[in-house]
Amino acid sequence: MATYKSPAIRRYTIRLAVLMSLYVFLIFAVGWTFRHTDISGVPAIALAIAPALPIIGVFWAVMRLLVEESDEYIRMLHVRQCLFATGFCLMVMTVWEFLQNYDLVAAGNGGFGAAFFWFVGLGLGAVYNKVTMGTIGSCP
Amino acid sequence: MKNRLKILRAERDWSQSDLADHLQVSRQSVNAIETGKYDPSLPLAFRIADVFGLPIEDIFLREG
Repeated sequence: MATYKSPAIRRYTIRLAVLMSLYVFLIFAVGWTFRHTDISGVPAIALAIAPALPIIGVFWAVMRLLVEESDEYIRMLHVRQCLFATGFCLMVMTVWEFLQNYDLVAAGNGGFGAAFFWFVGLGLGAVYNKVTMGTIGSCP
Repeated sequence: MKNRLKILRAERDWSQSDLADHLQVSRQSVNAIETGKYDPSLPLAFRIADVFGLPIEDIFLREG
């Protein structure tokens, strides 16, 4: 079945491309700055938070997609996908925290935080939609 | 919910894409409604009724 491309999904795709480009730039720029300067204090905190902003922007873009999608069936598929992603992310993080609580895995997350698992969950949610509804609708 | 969309479409020689164009929704939506995987909202059900020029109860059937 052909993938549906509504104006809302086109806007989402553009927003995602802009935000991910910004994220890639920031992750390298911030890493370089911390390695090559002795930045500290409030500027360091602001700089460390900077790469999180495009990720937060992606959450915003996904929520805007849910608001702007005019096709109610496709919107329902997006909502199912987001709920699947949220449940998957909470499940992984809960299990991980208990493993850490009993010192069975190392502290820290090696760069794989809740956002990473939520995005993985979005992908798995698309598979869940395909299996249970016969279509992914479109790809948030 | 059972419905007569496929029959009504066939009577007019419309494809799922044709009906989707009339309703301004995706073909996936028409397919999901037609196969009973998705029950449309009341506003969309009224739009479907308007496209076919029939009352809603002549398109969507009560279960059992």
